[in-house]
Amino acid sequence: MRISLFITCYNDTLFPETGQSVVRLLERLGHEIDFPLEQTCCGQMHFNTGYQAEAMPLMRRFVETFANAEVICIPSSSCVAMVRDNYPRMAASSGDSGLMKAVDDLLPRVYELSELLVNKLGLEDVGAYYPHRVTYHASCHSLRSLHLGDLPLRLLRKVRAIDLAELKDIDQCCGFGGTFAVKNSDVSAAMLTDKLRCVENTRAEVCTAVDNSCLMHILGGLHRERAGVRTVHLAEILASTEEDGVS
Amino acid sequence: MSVRVGDAADAPSFQRAALPLLDDAQLRSNVRHATNVITLKRAGVVNEQHDWQQLRSAASAIKAHTLRYLDHYLLQFEAACTAAGGHVHWAADADEANRIIVGLIKGMGGTEVIKVKTMTSDEIGLNKALEAKGIEPHETDLADMIIQLGHDKPSHIVVPALHKNRQQVREIFMRAMGLKDLGDNPEDLTNAARQYLREKFLKVKIGVSGANFLIAETGGVCVVESEGNGRMCLTLPDALITVAGIEKVIPTFRDLEVFLQLLPRSATGERMNPYNSLWTGVHAGEGPQQFHIVLLDNGRTRILADQEARQTLHCIRCGACLNACPVYRQTGGHAYGSIYAGPIGAILTPQLFDMEHSQSLPYASSLCGACFEVCPVKINIPEVLVHLRGRVVREQQSAVNLESMSMRVLSRIFSNRRSFEAAQRLGQFAQWPFVSDGWIRHLPGTLGNWTAARDLRPLPRQTFRNWWRERESRKQ
Repeated sequence: MRISLFITCYNDTLFPETGQSVVRLLERLGHEIDFPLEQTCCGQMHFNTGYQAEAMPLMRRFVETFANAEVICIPSSSCVAMVRDNYPRMAASSGDSGLMKAVDDLLPRVYELSELLVNKLGLEDVGAYYPHRVTYHASCHSLRSLHLGDLPLRLLRKVRAIDLAELKDIDQCCGFGGTFAVKNSDVSAAMLTDKLRCVENTRAEVCTAVDNSCLMHILGGLHRERAGVRTVHLAEILASTEEDGVS
Repeated sequence: MSVRVGDAADAPSFQRAALPLLDDAQLRSNVRHATNVITLKRAGVVNEQHDWQQLRSAASAIKAHTLRYLDHYLLQFEAACTAAGGHVHWAADADEANRIIVGLIKGMGGTEVIKVKTMTSDEIGLNKALEAKGIEPHETDLADMIIQLGHDKPSHIVVPALHKNRQQVREIFMRAMGLKDLGDNPEDLTNAARQYLREKFLKVKIGVSGANFLIAETGGVCVVESEGNGRMCLTLPDALITVAGIEKVIPTFRDLEVFLQLLPRSATGERMNPYNSLWTGVHAGEGPQQFHIVLLDNGRTRILADQEARQTLHCIRCGACLNACPVYRQTGGHAYGSIYAGPIGAILTPQLFDMEHSQSLPYASSLCGACFEVCPVKINIPEVLVHLRGRVVREQQSAVNLESMSMRVLSRIFSNRRSFEAAQRLGQFAQWPFVSDGWIRHLPGTLGNWTAARDLRPLPRQTFRNWWRERESRKQ
């Protein structure tokens, strides 16, 4: 299958290793990856902060860039939620019937990474090997917008040599919330403290999730505390194999 | 028309109000404990209800339908209530409602009233208006009484004194009731409250109540509560004055079937409220012989006119969104500067009331969606929050501010591949003054809010797209 990758602006800029892992994983599974260089940002930050007019050209750009894609993979549940939940409303508010139709055509082809693997490709065991103690943080958008349920955990349970530790209060927000972490940084920090306590209590060495935005926040707190816990996107765990060695 | 929501006009921004609360270890422990207990109880009784999602959909549909034909159902309610011997008054705003209520009480020669929990009366600042005219209000709902006696403010829609624990309640009672000693067992506290309140119930001849539901078909009013103090207020006085927002109306008696399953489970984690009071007008020789109801707009029709935000009026004041909200669970209700706290307050207060601090409320959320998930009438609170953020941004458009300038510049940058890639390169260089030992620990300006509590990994030297380009060029 030819899979077009929307890497997201912050993965592109801040977490290139996540994108590299998605490419490695999907190619290992026998798929062809396409990365349209014209892509930039889905517009989520603008839209959610109240700059809906400024998000509009970014949506148009996304829709044009991926108009002919067979399948679009996005390794970020909050960006998938932006596309799925908000693009139809934005298109409707524009009154542009062509845009509405283009968005309608696009949505069934958009998959978050674990949706693509489990729901579209019918896989749980992707042949990964990861000899570490890992805890999984369920991001808010993955739970309550995409309703991923246990899809990421089903993938993780099939990883060889992994030692999975259950995270208490898994449905609680880590306090990131985009610009919330800056606008209400004190409340956000209090929420983060609760999350860090749960992560540290698992005695895991790695905290994973399907969103690097939450992980950037959690890692920011873990590193400030010198907790000695890393954060790693799900794609990187699934891309690891025994041949790579213990990374 | 002047819309007022309690004392919200003087409230500081959410960010500022939250600071002292975050430092109040006792308050945070109380709020954490109470929200945990209610959340667990709620989950238990919701999970046993197999048609919960269908009930939510039904409630949402009934509310949407009623709001669509609100004029019709309000007039139907007025006619039915009047026919049953009640008097219906219409109030466009808080001042008019207070004028009507004060006038009614003065007309009856009253100098005191007993009140059963009515948020709407808090919304219009009724107690202040009564006191200004020499009328003494006595709150009889246990939690409201604690707030009144402690000269405090409510911090929760259903459990207004949730931020206080037993020991604190004991101290408030001892001071206000002039008691020499009092235990802090629930029984001791309840006994003290009972003795204090019984005297009021038997003496005061005018009651003031709120309403959970107004039934258009019958002209009936429904109040649900847990203590029975409400039942006393609703049945013992000679006259009863109810104040209710116009969105409280539902079409038929039958519709209660849906709401009386959803409300107690969502609010207190009970299958049914211990006291469900329903009355229609007046009945000779039984209960209050005079019944007045004040139907309040106070900004509600303005919310109704906003297609995207009108779902706010579905709210049945269960408080489930407060208990589920990770922001509320950290700060409690006082940070919201309004009697309507938590996620519902963050969307309701700014719509009822234009003021400086209300601009901060739509941002008092990480948009985690826990509120929407538990809402029994399916208000998509995150969607309304984002809609209201858009309104804040539009209202501030003329002001020169760093955020709006950055957002507009970023939108331009993201609209073009070349400028996006140039910005990536610029970021890689510009960050170096702030990087030490491979990490960013201090950032200037607003971004310093991030580094106040969190480190930041610097941008790596190679973006994903450049890695991809390199790989593609190697293939050729």
